[in-house]
Amino acid sequence: MTKPFPAASPRRLRLRLALNRTAKTLFLLSTAFALAVLAVLIAQMAAQSRGWLDWPFLSGKLSLDPERAGILGAIVGSFGLMLVMMPVTFVLGVATAVYLEEYAREGRLKSFIQTNISNLAGVPSVIFGLLGLTVFNRLLGLGSSILAGGLTLSLLVLPIVVVSGQEAIRAVPGFLREAAYAAGATKWQTVRRVVLPAAMPGILTGFILAVSRAIGETAPLVVLGVPVFLLPVPDSLLDDFTALPVQIYYWTLDAVLVKAYANLAAAAIVVLLALLFLLNAAAIWIRAKYQRRY
Amino acid sequence: MTMNGSANTRDLILRRFARGRRRGERLVPGLLFLAASVSVLTTAGIVLILLADSLLFFRRVSVFEFFGGTELAPLAPEPKFGILPLLVGTLSTSLIAMAVAVPVGLAIAVYLSEYAPGRARNMLKPVLEALAGIPTIVYGFFAYSFVTPLLARLIPALEAKNALSPGIVMGFMIIPLIASLSGDAMSAVPSALREGALALGATRLEVTFRVVMPAALSGIIASFVLAVSRAVGETMIVAIAAGSNKTLTFDITGSMQTMTAYIVEFTSGDAASGTTGYYSLYAVGFTLFVFTLLMNMAARHLSRRFREGV
Repeated sequence: MTKPFPAASPRRLRLRLALNRTAKTLFLLSTAFALAVLAVLIAQMAAQSRGWLDWPFLSGKLSLDPERAGILGAIVGSFGLMLVMMPVTFVLGVATAVYLEEYAREGRLKSFIQTNISNLAGVPSVIFGLLGLTVFNRLLGLGSSILAGGLTLSLLVLPIVVVSGQEAIRAVPGFLREAAYAAGATKWQTVRRVVLPAAMPGILTGFILAVSRAIGETAPLVVLGVPVFLLPVPDSLLDDFTALPVQIYYWTLDAVLVKAYANLAAAAIVVLLALLFLLNAAAIWIRAKYQRRY
Repeated sequence: MTMNGSANTRDLILRRFARGRRRGERLVPGLLFLAASVSVLTTAGIVLILLADSLLFFRRVSVFEFFGGTELAPLAPEPKFGILPLLVGTLSTSLIAMAVAVPVGLAIAVYLSEYAPGRARNMLKPVLEALAGIPTIVYGFFAYSFVTPLLARLIPALEAKNALSPGIVMGFMIIPLIASLSGDAMSAVPSALREGALALGATRLEVTFRVVMPAALSGIIASFVLAVSRAVGETMIVAIAAGSNKTLTFDITGSMQTMTAYIVEFTSGDAASGTTGYYSLYAVGFTLFVFTLLMNMAARHLSRRFREGV
């Protein structure tokens, strides 16, 4: 021992402790800052939409006159997108997850598919718009219909469903599978009657989060060619449509011309956020109610 | 099995069910594989489309003119297709976003992983998730109608469409990503390391900076890289609040266009199929795709190294 450890000096110790306290306050303040951003954002939307968010707005048709404009068409469009997207995403996503976790052998093919899915998850959504524009809109001739939009969004959120599905399936303990095999079940019977039911809460949670992500997406739909002009409320999946986020986008752009469009955008945002809140609450509820730990 | 009776019973059962069952059993892996190949086909489709139409573009505009060109005027009588203004716009907004998101996100990660009591952590995490779940179009509207006017009071020269405000708001959007990913990396550091340092008399702060962060470094950097990639690919915030100025400028108080915003503006506008301007979408899209792909791969590489390290 040559020199005493510097901490032995009481002055230095006090300094170090003070530094620790200051840093802790700073970290706490940063956290509070993020929460404040969320609070301000929501308060701002509520304030700007006040007086605009009423029944005629929810049930009315699009109009150039802000006093008469309603978002029924956009709401129907968003639900139409969900109608297309939900079955496609669920079936493809869960099937892919089952394949990767239960059927694929360890090896090049599996790791190729796995890498491919994580790469796909990082592709910017606007690029999916170019995919939709080229394949669904032009090549398959679906135009900018609800069907084309829903399929584009399905591909966009597919990786989310696959990855969360894989995690849920991996969390099903091995002894459940072994018990099924011991009772004489085949592989597919085991997967369908034992593994999937046990993994379902986790799968559904990821699925609902994926749907809520898709519902808020704007860029792929705009690139796909969802039109700017006033459309009638769609009544088939092959009709042109507008969706909540797209309508918000066009109203925000045009707020330069007509100030009140900003209020309409804010009111539509409140509707969109409420929809997302409901979806997320459902996900949390399912997770809390059905999640089992083995 | 040696007993004759049970073997007979088994045969009976097998004969009864085997054929249909076996056919089903054989069919299922194939069907599941088909579903799994959709995601591979999607990637292949994206690459093919971007590549094919980019090639058509580069047949009309040279690669040097595209990547070296400082002028972008797709609809001018004599169109110019230099991507540099878009690259500068993309990098400017992304850098501003990172300047906001890195300090705040990291501080939140440290607070949640090293300081916060368990109950606070359980309450704060869902709120951060909510912040991450807000659609980007909402952030875009927020940037344009709230943050820009607010900033204009501080910076009178600020234009209605500028790079600063969407950059900052994009930072807000990315905060949860950095907070949760680097928080996970820090939480994964074995507590024995922390306890050892605390036992030697280190303060929490010293433990964080000298023990936890170095151990979690590659995970933390991975979260930064992923955040940049998210910022580069982010579309609606910049499409709304950064405007569509295509001249090369470094002035963040004025309008700048990003690669993503260019794609959105051009498709929602009047890009007639077959024109050079239409194909330029794909060349820009391809550049964007390569950018984000490289960063995502780098992030994955880093976080894998981190997982092996601990």
